[in-house]
Amino acid sequence: MSIRVLSPGVQTTVQDLGRFGYQQFGVPVAGAMDPHSMKLANLLLGNDPGEAVLEITVMGPQLVFDEANYVALTGGDLNAVLDGKPMPRYQAVLVEPGQTIRFLGLKNGCRAYLAFAGGLDLPLVMGSRSTYMKAKIGGYKGRKLEAGDELAFRAPNPKLPFPERRVIGPDFVPQKQYEIAVILGPQDDCFTEEGLNTFFREVYTVTADFDRMGCRLDGAVIEHKNGGDIISDGIAFGAVQVPSAGKPIIMAADRQTTGGYTKIANVISSDFRILGQLKGGDKVHFVPVSIEYAQNAMMLDRQYYKMIADFLSCE
Amino acid sequence: MENVRFLLTGDTSLSVEFGNAINEAINHDIRAYKIALENAAIPGIVETVPTYRSLMVHYDPAVIRYSALKEKLEALLHEMGEIEIPPSPVLEIPVLYGGEMGPDLPFVAEHSGLSEEEVIRIHSSAEYLIYMLGFTPGFTYLGGMSAKIATPRLKQPRVKIPAGSVGIAGTQTGIYPIDSPGGWQLIGRTPVKMYDPGRETPILPEAGQYMKFYPVTQEEYDAILKEVEAGTYVLKTHAKEEV
Repeated sequence: MSIRVLSPGVQTTVQDLGRFGYQQFGVPVAGAMDPHSMKLANLLLGNDPGEAVLEITVMGPQLVFDEANYVALTGGDLNAVLDGKPMPRYQAVLVEPGQTIRFLGLKNGCRAYLAFAGGLDLPLVMGSRSTYMKAKIGGYKGRKLEAGDELAFRAPNPKLPFPERRVIGPDFVPQKQYEIAVILGPQDDCFTEEGLNTFFREVYTVTADFDRMGCRLDGAVIEHKNGGDIISDGIAFGAVQVPSAGKPIIMAADRQTTGGYTKIANVISSDFRILGQLKGGDKVHFVPVSIEYAQNAMMLDRQYYKMIADFLSCE
Repeated sequence: MENVRFLLTGDTSLSVEFGNAINEAINHDIRAYKIALENAAIPGIVETVPTYRSLMVHYDPAVIRYSALKEKLEALLHEMGEIEIPPSPVLEIPVLYGGEMGPDLPFVAEHSGLSEEEVIRIHSSAEYLIYMLGFTPGFTYLGGMSAKIATPRLKQPRVKIPAGSVGIAGTQTGIYPIDSPGGWQLIGRTPVKMYDPGRETPILPEAGQYMKFYPVTQEEYDAILKEVEAGTYVLKTHAKEEV
């Protein structure tokens, strides 16, 4: 085996971009909470940006390598050390057999992403390697990692060309207050004028209730016209659901496919990188943007990914 | 389809909303539109998700932007009259009612003031419309159960209900697709796996189809179970008669 898990951390799961094509059958998408950081980690290693990685939450695992391979670590800073020495983030790092990666504790953000050159040797379930723990599918045996688990690389590459080029500046910057861009809808017409004003004026605090399914916020009550219940419709990643109590919940990777609460707005794809790094106590402020703005931002992200891939693949 | 609305659900999906109620007419519109959309094969559409009220359309903005997609989706609405929609299939689901498989059948009978045989007869005579799937992989929201056998949920939910269990909760009926906790009154069990992540078709039912339960004996149940486990069982279906 390539990696042995000595201790698993709080919640370490295998994730890729998610399981698409089965939402109509009630199968949640799952996938990385911060897809941007996941893609960067893969790109640094010449992987497909959607290759499966380890998503490491708050308290990281202890992993010992039996096989040499390049890895890249991105996302929140969980204070990783390689054989006791600080491990560089946002760059390709060669790990030799016998070396150990440990995480000493959270410095900032919430989730780190650890990618492996050539990916992990795990089966695709419904087209994806993402772990969806509730239905026990995907990833490593459909669950988070446990002590004693062993993971294998699929196509390890300890001779990755131009390793010195494979570095970018840390990309996640912790802030006192996060500005999160949203697009209004689909049920913005279920809220009063005052309710909408409240939502965009007030600062909300992330509660202790934040996981892969959703992120519950506390703050000023958002006023509905006629309560927060609707006849169920579909839920997108980043949907800001407001039940009758008036406190928003941002729906995340493991959200159910459908739901019966009003959704005032939806976080734009480019800001999932913030959403995936939120933890209890963080402050957020919502800013309305147009669909055109959001889709332009998304295309800029893709150009950035392509630039990195092109730069690392040219002779 | 006069009152159809296009709603924004973020930057990679939109919702085509056909109404704000739970009824067969809206469901039929959604199914018809979904079939029309699949036939149109618009590049950039990733997947669609039918619900009680809408069809959610997921797309890749690198291939098609919102305004261009909306235009195509609107045009498709106007062409609906010319598109032939095949009748819905009715999935025939074998169920072993009562006994160990349906421990709450006596309670449902008593609550309804009917014999167990009558409960089975009523439950297995209707064709239930699959409004949508959700909640867990493969869970169907069915409509059309007779009010005569409506029974409230258990006061104390069970910790583990085996996959395949058929239950009643209020005026709803349905099948548990995976082992899970739950409070439905269990009246029987089907040997058919509604959900199997390793199967080529992981989930059998689709929104817009119908389900009909038919009672089987223990021997029939065991025989079907063997076929299911061998991967050779094929669910019987028939076409829904036009209403």
